[in-house]
Amino acid sequence: MHPDRSPEPAAPSTGRLSRRHLLLGGAAAGVGAAALVGADSLLNTRSTPPLGETPGAAAHGGQTVPFHGTHQAGVETPPQAHGKFVAVDLAEDVDAEKIRRLLTLLSDDAAKLTQGKAALADSEPELAFVPARLTVTFGFGPGLVDRVPGVPAPAWLKPLPEFSVDRLRPEWNSGDLLMQICADDPLTVSHAARMLIKDTRAFGTVRWTQDGFRRAYGAEPDGTTMRNLMGQVDGTVNARPDTDAFETMVWEPRDNPEWLHGGTGMVVRRIAMDLDEWDRLDRPGREESVGRRLFDGAPLTGGTEHDEPDFDALTPLGFPRIAEYAHIRRARSDNPDEQVFRRAYNYDVPTLGDEGQDAGLIFVSYQSDVDLQFVPIQRRLDELDLLNEWISPIGSAVFAVPPGCAEGGFIGETLFPA
Amino acid sequence: MRTTAVTPLAAGTLAALLLTGCAGQDGAQPQADADRAEQHTQADSFAIEDAWVKAVTAEDGMTGAFGLLNNPADGDLSVVAASSPVAGMVELHEVVTGDDGNAVMQEKDGGFLVPAGDTHVLEPGADHIMLMGLTEDLDPGTEVAVELEFSDGSTLEFSAPVKDYEGANENYDDGAGHGEEH
Repeated sequence: MHPDRSPEPAAPSTGRLSRRHLLLGGAAAGVGAAALVGADSLLNTRSTPPLGETPGAAAHGGQTVPFHGTHQAGVETPPQAHGKFVAVDLAEDVDAEKIRRLLTLLSDDAAKLTQGKAALADSEPELAFVPARLTVTFGFGPGLVDRVPGVPAPAWLKPLPEFSVDRLRPEWNSGDLLMQICADDPLTVSHAARMLIKDTRAFGTVRWTQDGFRRAYGAEPDGTTMRNLMGQVDGTVNARPDTDAFETMVWEPRDNPEWLHGGTGMVVRRIAMDLDEWDRLDRPGREESVGRRLFDGAPLTGGTEHDEPDFDALTPLGFPRIAEYAHIRRARSDNPDEQVFRRAYNYDVPTLGDEGQDAGLIFVSYQSDVDLQFVPIQRRLDELDLLNEWISPIGSAVFAVPPGCAEGGFIGETLFPA
Repeated sequence: MRTTAVTPLAAGTLAALLLTGCAGQDGAQPQADADRAEQHTQADSFAIEDAWVKAVTAEDGMTGAFGLLNNPADGDLSVVAASSPVAGMVELHEVVTGDDGNAVMQEKDGGFLVPAGDTHVLEPGADHIMLMGLTEDLDPGTEVAVELEFSDGSTLEFSAPVKDYEGANENYDDGAGHGEEH
């Protein structure tokens, strides 16, 4: 690959050795010093080999997404490669004042970590110096909002109605506080989650954690629609964050209480896939079930991925080209209110023995009114969707995502008007 | 909420200098220091960043305050004392290797010197502000006020959030004479 390089990587130059020696020798004093150095300079001075000496290895780890703003980051943010979803149950004695304290701590940590800085009391500050587009997005369950006196919850902030396809397990349901932690580097996600979860220890317990992934950073051109583990292009019909449609779908306040203006609603559903059964289905059957070509996600009526499906097209035998039971037909609505913004991740967790594969989709959608926008879509899919043969929702939670905050503020401050 | 800013409380006076018994770093006579301090105290040019206090119960009795002491000014400054409304006694500590090879903390002679343009790091396992004789539980997410006193007598109060932290469990040097809490 690099013919000009020494073929003996095990024999580094003297300069390399002495730099390592210096780093080790300075380790005792290094923590404090490192905490003073910003992400960029650290990335460019401490890496081995130094960046710039490895052709093509441009460091994207230094990229940051602003934490402060009108809306929380992590909704409009182009999905990072890795996502961790942590739901916390608040302890019984946690009242409004303690919630305020918790949110203050969490916001401060998130504000620092997302910018590539160590959190306060960060026991591994060096792990914070590669932000890799880290975002931390907070959502509130009804169990949190109800503890703040005088604050109304949006009507939709409750468990979703029961659907016949649901095989919900309590360990994947609900939660008082949700933290969506996403970055293009899994080590960054892990460290941020650890710091944030440590903040919550005095206030509650982790109810569930879901780890998700997409393609690695840079593996595909930006903006490529993700594929799920059934091989399908998943999320083609998704509004672009810079459009009016997105604004209406996600940020339009509708009937939400004032503290939620600038925020939105979030649905997190853990959808298990029976990949072994899916294996039995041939390729035409797989395409029929969704209504799209597996190769490029184009509708079965032709064109390319983002072309509109022709739901009126018929086969030579007179059947609909996109079947009545096809997923894309069932998910579609003529009612413009019935649209959500999806930001899903795949999951695939280790199993033992003959348990079979434990894999699926962490379905995440953002919409400002869950009842108005999400529930009708899920109802139609519940009534009829061939995909239901292979997928089962096993977890479900709804959260209110409060607006962003300015520097010096904290996420959730609108619950506590001055 | 998270502002660590800073309220210079009192201009330096000769009396304060005499009380602390600490002349200026450059060895100039106290009167000259006091005159200079009238215009520009050490507190004026000081800033603390990323301050925090380890969460403990009143029963634990003591804890540490940490952060970055910044001195963007041209002259050196010294933190010589500290106090807090939640602590009966506050000392400026360092961590040293004791006779038995274990790390112990003890009061630091002369306090924390922050050279001009430099930053002095207070962190677990190293220099820190020791809060003893705690009068209340320090719960995560609450704020603790700490007042620093500089060698020119000027003072400055900052507020630090309380955070859960498992470390910072250094042993006392029993010979240092503040074992009465335990």
